[in-house]
Amino acid sequence: MNETKTIKINGCEYLIENERNVLEIARKAGIDIPTFCYHSELSVYGACRMCLVEIEGRGIVTSCSTPPEKGMVVWTNTREVRNIRKLNLELLLANHERECTTCLKNGTCSLQKLSRTMGIDKIRYKSKVRKEMHDTSSTALIRDPNKCVLCGDCVRACDEIQGIGAIDFAWRGANAKVVPVFNRGLGEIECVDCGQCARVCPTGAIVPKPEIDAVWAMIDDPSVTVVAQVAPAIRVALGEYFSLSAGTITTGKLIAALRNIGFDNVYDTAFTADVTVIEEGSELLKRLSEKKHLPLITSCCPSWVKFAEQYFPELLENLSTCRSPQQMFGSLAHKIMPDKIGKSNDKFKVVSVMPCTAKKAEAARHEFTTENGRDVDAVITTQELGKMIESAGIRFTDLKDEDFDMPFGIASGAGIIFGMSGGVTEAVVRFAAEKIAGSIDTCEVVKNRVTEGITELTVNIGDTSFKSAVVYGLKNARAICKDIVNGSSPYQVIEVMACPGGCINGAGQPVITDFKSVTKRAEGLREIDNKSKISTTLSNSSVAKIYKEYLGNSGSDEAHKLLHTHYRSRKRVRDDAFHLLGSSAPKLSVSICVGTNCCLGGAHELMRDLVAYVNSHALQDIVEVKAAFCFEKCSGKAPMVMINNDIVAGCTFDNIQKRINDIL
Amino acid sequence: MRDNIENMASENDADSKKVATPVRQYDVVVKILENYQYNHEKLIPILHAVQEEYRYLPEAVMMYVANALGISPARVYGVATFYAHFALQPKGKYVVRVCDGTACHVKGSMNMFETIKKVLSLSDKKTTTDDLLFTVETVSCLGACGLAPVMMVNGDVYGQLTENKVKDIIENIRKHEAGVKK
Repeated sequence: MNETKTIKINGCEYLIENERNVLEIARKAGIDIPTFCYHSELSVYGACRMCLVEIEGRGIVTSCSTPPEKGMVVWTNTREVRNIRKLNLELLLANHERECTTCLKNGTCSLQKLSRTMGIDKIRYKSKVRKEMHDTSSTALIRDPNKCVLCGDCVRACDEIQGIGAIDFAWRGANAKVVPVFNRGLGEIECVDCGQCARVCPTGAIVPKPEIDAVWAMIDDPSVTVVAQVAPAIRVALGEYFSLSAGTITTGKLIAALRNIGFDNVYDTAFTADVTVIEEGSELLKRLSEKKHLPLITSCCPSWVKFAEQYFPELLENLSTCRSPQQMFGSLAHKIMPDKIGKSNDKFKVVSVMPCTAKKAEAARHEFTTENGRDVDAVITTQELGKMIESAGIRFTDLKDEDFDMPFGIASGAGIIFGMSGGVTEAVVRFAAEKIAGSIDTCEVVKNRVTEGITELTVNIGDTSFKSAVVYGLKNARAICKDIVNGSSPYQVIEVMACPGGCINGAGQPVITDFKSVTKRAEGLREIDNKSKISTTLSNSSVAKIYKEYLGNSGSDEAHKLLHTHYRSRKRVRDDAFHLLGSSAPKLSVSICVGTNCCLGGAHELMRDLVAYVNSHALQDIVEVKAAFCFEKCSGKAPMVMINNDIVAGCTFDNIQKRINDIL
Repeated sequence: MRDNIENMASENDADSKKVATPVRQYDVVVKILENYQYNHEKLIPILHAVQEEYRYLPEAVMMYVANALGISPARVYGVATFYAHFALQPKGKYVVRVCDGTACHVKGSMNMFETIKKVLSLSDKKTTTDDLLFTVETVSCLGACGLAPVMMVNGDVYGQLTENKVKDIIENIRKHEAGVKK
């Protein structure tokens, strides 16, 4: 029998459905309970003590960590509850650097907002702020430890969404801090720049690294032509910055605003998403027919790319060699535009507007720098664009709609849906269907949601069929990758996006408090796709024109140079080798990699043999032995050994012995 | 007291011989991990065993342990910094632990602590002498409250301390060490 269970909140009865806690029921009933550390997609932590409520018979408890029970009587707004919440907030504020006017989170900070709504007018406790250095080592994020309230949101986001754990609590009690390993900078460790930590941070302790000043400097220089490219996800989120509801489509206003700010031309990154579809789709069909390097894994998400380089060097050949749409745009624009407008390359700048912090790091990668400088000169987030619009004195909601500039102004619906999880796969499937069967109507797709963040697609196009996985969250990606390495993966195509829901939920987007906003943004993109007269890439004639005029066929040398890239294995944490044996001025220095791959490949046995040999032949003055962590060549045969400055793959004891004998 | 120091020193000399060969230490880390079947839930006993070997937790070893256990290095660092027992800096040959439990505190143990720091030119931030001979720290209770104020030097307990007594103990160790070097 299905018994109905109810709970009483502030005197009204509510039905208990599948809610995990009292907080969820209250919010569903339209009662707002303040929180810092509660995020519906993360585990419950109960640290901030803001969501306190009174439950009759239990006293004051945290509503986030209390499961609802039949007959519970809850009061969310008693005098005692209000006073304790206020006291807790004061305690948090006492240890927080309250320099709001210069804070990058000014206006979107939860701490600031709660102080206002709770009517904090003085703090009764002595402030105890240690002045610590800002961490600016990352190209994507800034960490300001003085603003941290130790809610642990960032720690859980990094661990539970991305499965990385790049930052964690360290030390204890009054000295507790959230830091990367060994208190290093975010730019020196395994952080993949996704910024999900910044997205959930309630204060200004981790924020996207702004590039607004650099962009203004370009715009203010009259000798420079500055163009903007706008990612698909911006047009359904920027409105939120100006108090429109999530998912509102503001493409036209967005273009008008960028022109008003002073950008000479405004282009659509969804255009190069279409180019990506052609390149990646062709790559997929080729790999399917050759049965080589399968599964094909997408490479649009720079956080995923860095993750793969760090943790799965053996799968780098499976990654699509396609650049992301942002970088394709950068190289194409720098190739085509300067000649067209009669300017030298250094007087032509490309600025991207992205929903993402990792795009900042991607644009700075050395693979995307030519003799003419960076392909993408600066990257600003949706929020940064919002700030620029405000500071330029533009009334966003009053703007009249405008259109993108040509030649990169028309995108198909397939290009638009790149901004959400599943979109890249869908676009590529449409391409494959048109290519193989001539129409997308013959294509049959069966979707099966495996778990939160993993969806399985079975695609049948005529005689061709393949299985695809759509993945978000790098923790999910890690599980899928392990299967590929073990040989148990059933997929031929895998799409990975680091952020839950895809780019629409990137860390550069306007701050959200509810995952529903992400769903709304996705609906917005879907609406643009549905209304688009061009639904597939192959019917986008402006893309065909660019190929005809500048690139030739997909697969041509020029296309390869401008649209593709390569990857390298990367070490996770910068560190020094560990000196084991030998003099400080050796004739032969041998560093044996003891990273994960090399250890599995016999590095430790090699080390034992070498040390025994050096000791038994009394060679300590001549040979130095070190244990090193990763030479970033993991795709070669393990173990990797560096002998003086040469890296030897699959090194054996005989190799080293020969080098020792050469010296003797 | 003389005997005491000699006992301590001989144990420590054996210790320092152990420390002299990093290869053996690296080997030991691998053996420790094998003993615990590379189980990440055993991180704390693993770090204990590693510190037994090195007398502190070197960064390279923490990285190695994290890699081998498949957990994030930041988590290992978090655990290593949480517990006062784990040391991130090399400790001296003689670790002086001054008790700051209630009884010792009342009996003026902090004066002893200050005296030792002054004699050894140490501060709250710098707790180990440059010659790596002494490390000075406080502990919460040594369980010898009847002898308050109390301190321990490596394995040996000294009770009913006075400032002069403390100075003598340090001086004797220094003299002993000078003799060993000759």
